[in-house]
Amino acid sequence: MSEIIKVSNISKKYNINQQRGGYVALRDVLANVSKSPFRFAKDKAKTIIGKNKKEEFWALKDIDFTVEEGEAVGIIGANGAGKSTLLKILTRITPPTTGEIEMKGSVASLLEVGTGFHPELTGRENIFLNGAILGMRKEEIEKKFDAIVEFSGIGKFIDMPVKRYSSGMYVRLAFSIAAHLEPDILLIDEVLAVGDIEFQKKCLGKLDEVTKKAGRTILFVSHNMGAVKNLCAKTIWLKNGRIKKIGGTKEIIDSYIKNKPNDNLTASNYLQLNDGDFNGKIKFTNISITDGQNSTLINSDSNLKITIEYESDFKQKISDIRILISIFNEHSQRMVYRLDSHGAAITLKETINPSGEIICETGKINLADGKYLAEILILPQKTKNDCLKLNKEFDVVTDISKYNYRLNPDKNVCDHLISYIFRA
Amino acid sequence: MKTIIIKPREKFSILSEIKEIFRFKDLFYFLSWRDIKVRYKQTSIGITWAIFQPFMTMVIFSIFFGNFAKMPSDGVPYPIFVYIGLLIWEFFSSALNNASGSMINNQSIVTKVYFPRLILPISSIITNFVDFLISSVVLVGLMIYYGYTPKLAGLTILPILLLITFMAAIGIGLFLSAINVKYRDVRYILPFFIQILMFLTPVIYPASIAGKYSKILALNPMTGVINAARAAILGTTPINWILLLISAIASFFFLIIGIIFFKRMERYFADVI
Repeated sequence: MSEIIKVSNISKKYNINQQRGGYVALRDVLANVSKSPFRFAKDKAKTIIGKNKKEEFWALKDIDFTVEEGEAVGIIGANGAGKSTLLKILTRITPPTTGEIEMKGSVASLLEVGTGFHPELTGRENIFLNGAILGMRKEEIEKKFDAIVEFSGIGKFIDMPVKRYSSGMYVRLAFSIAAHLEPDILLIDEVLAVGDIEFQKKCLGKLDEVTKKAGRTILFVSHNMGAVKNLCAKTIWLKNGRIKKIGGTKEIIDSYIKNKPNDNLTASNYLQLNDGDFNGKIKFTNISITDGQNSTLINSDSNLKITIEYESDFKQKISDIRILISIFNEHSQRMVYRLDSHGAAITLKETINPSGEIICETGKINLADGKYLAEILILPQKTKNDCLKLNKEFDVVTDISKYNYRLNPDKNVCDHLISYIFRA
Repeated sequence: MKTIIIKPREKFSILSEIKEIFRFKDLFYFLSWRDIKVRYKQTSIGITWAIFQPFMTMVIFSIFFGNFAKMPSDGVPYPIFVYIGLLIWEFFSSALNNASGSMINNQSIVTKVYFPRLILPISSIITNFVDFLISSVVLVGLMIYYGYTPKLAGLTILPILLLITFMAAIGIGLFLSAINVKYRDVRYILPFFIQILMFLTPVIYPASIAGKYSKILALNPMTGVINAARAAILGTTPINWILLLISAIASFFFLIIGIIFFKRMERYFADVI
């Protein structure tokens, strides 16, 4: 094995005003110059001698790593950590501000599926166009054409303009072209986030085959921890433009998920009770989401265990609290609708301890891999006070090697809590 | 195995640039092919349009400038005279228009995939060349109608004239496409600029009208080209080599300036676009 990618000391700076969007109009520039030519000249001069301080933003800072031939390396990190910027530098779309990268062999990048697809052209024509954009030669596309069509399952629609395709067909065709790329180094960004889950798996399988059998090197950026885990042995964790950690994928993902900030419990995390015997605050100190076995790695067929820690001003037992749990996906669509702690199946508890934890466990969640947000509504049962809303993010990461769980599209995700207990 | 080195600043050499474009020749081919395919997708209308536009302009110009204004035309029937001018002018101006919009129109590709960016403006001109070839058919018809036989010796110069037109369109187009990325209002100014330029070019009048100032007029590459094209195709006047030479040099100059300017901006397109 030899080094195929060597990244040394890469940094990338953006000027904030450049980033703020809004295009510069030549008209405005000319107007400024003619209105106050002296100030313009002064500003220019300042910029040249470097006195004019622009607001700078380092999207990447001092990135160093190497990739061996035939390795698949995942890149993870929160939004804005610099993952995509790193990939854009590696693909030569944008230059770095400092540093140097050395790559041996041919490089292909997949920052989006269907780049350059033209709606007026047929599927057949788009295969050639998109293939060429992704860096394939004409003969190469001709050779792989049948395989691409077969993989996509588009069949007889291949001679129809893609503007008439359903969005599913469109994505499948685009994926299929990408899946047949054969560069020495393949750079992939987040493209698996679209398409139906079955097809995603098919593509992941194909990519896996590509790395393992053909010994290709892959750099894979994704929010989908499951995909990273299945494809990559090594993972780089980026945080605020710097490398936080490099290492074995499992270890990195574990610490990444654990390290997620507790942004959920901040200002208004208490419930005010003003009802006869009960006067005072209940403060919610922590929420954690695990699977049924208390592991932070949640699979598609895990039970979801939500533990809410609380403390209160009370000395004696207090009245029961009602909890409603909803789960939203990344696009803010509600996947799980209000699991009610006081559903019919659960025996009512009259009172709870003044402090302790509330543990709610759901049935199998039946959610595809990805990022989710649990919205937890807490209502004081016997008072008419406002309810309290707490949010907590979690990831669903399925280990395909262990589970062969198939999402059932007809059946909804879990619809009731299987247990609801208190612990002091 | 080829090694790619990525650095903040890359040295520019024309040789490595040409090599790089050649490496992406398939992409070049497919991009031009896409533009042509899309343009002529509704086949009959697409082709008719390429002929209809210059033809109608010719008819109207002939009526107003030829008949009513009695514009001099070097002793050639005005329709033929103006059509040769229009043919080349249409090619040049639409190529300029296409090239300067090419970066923005292909924004989705520019921000997602690496390739030598020079490919985009250059390949976008190919469609205009096809249009040019199609509308040339009308010229053949006109020549038959007016009984002109082209001088074979003169026709050999046509490829050179086309080359000069290409160079000028690409050079100015590269310059404008780079500015267009940064200043989005350039494309609104451009049609006006092109229209003005047409009247500074001997399309509806002969270059000889400017007398001794025609050499200044020739700094506009299209002056020399259109003037020489008329002389070469119709053979009624000798080719004015001095005008052509001035135009060729000007055109080459534009090309160099365009490439240098474009290359300087190129690496930051994806950040700005």
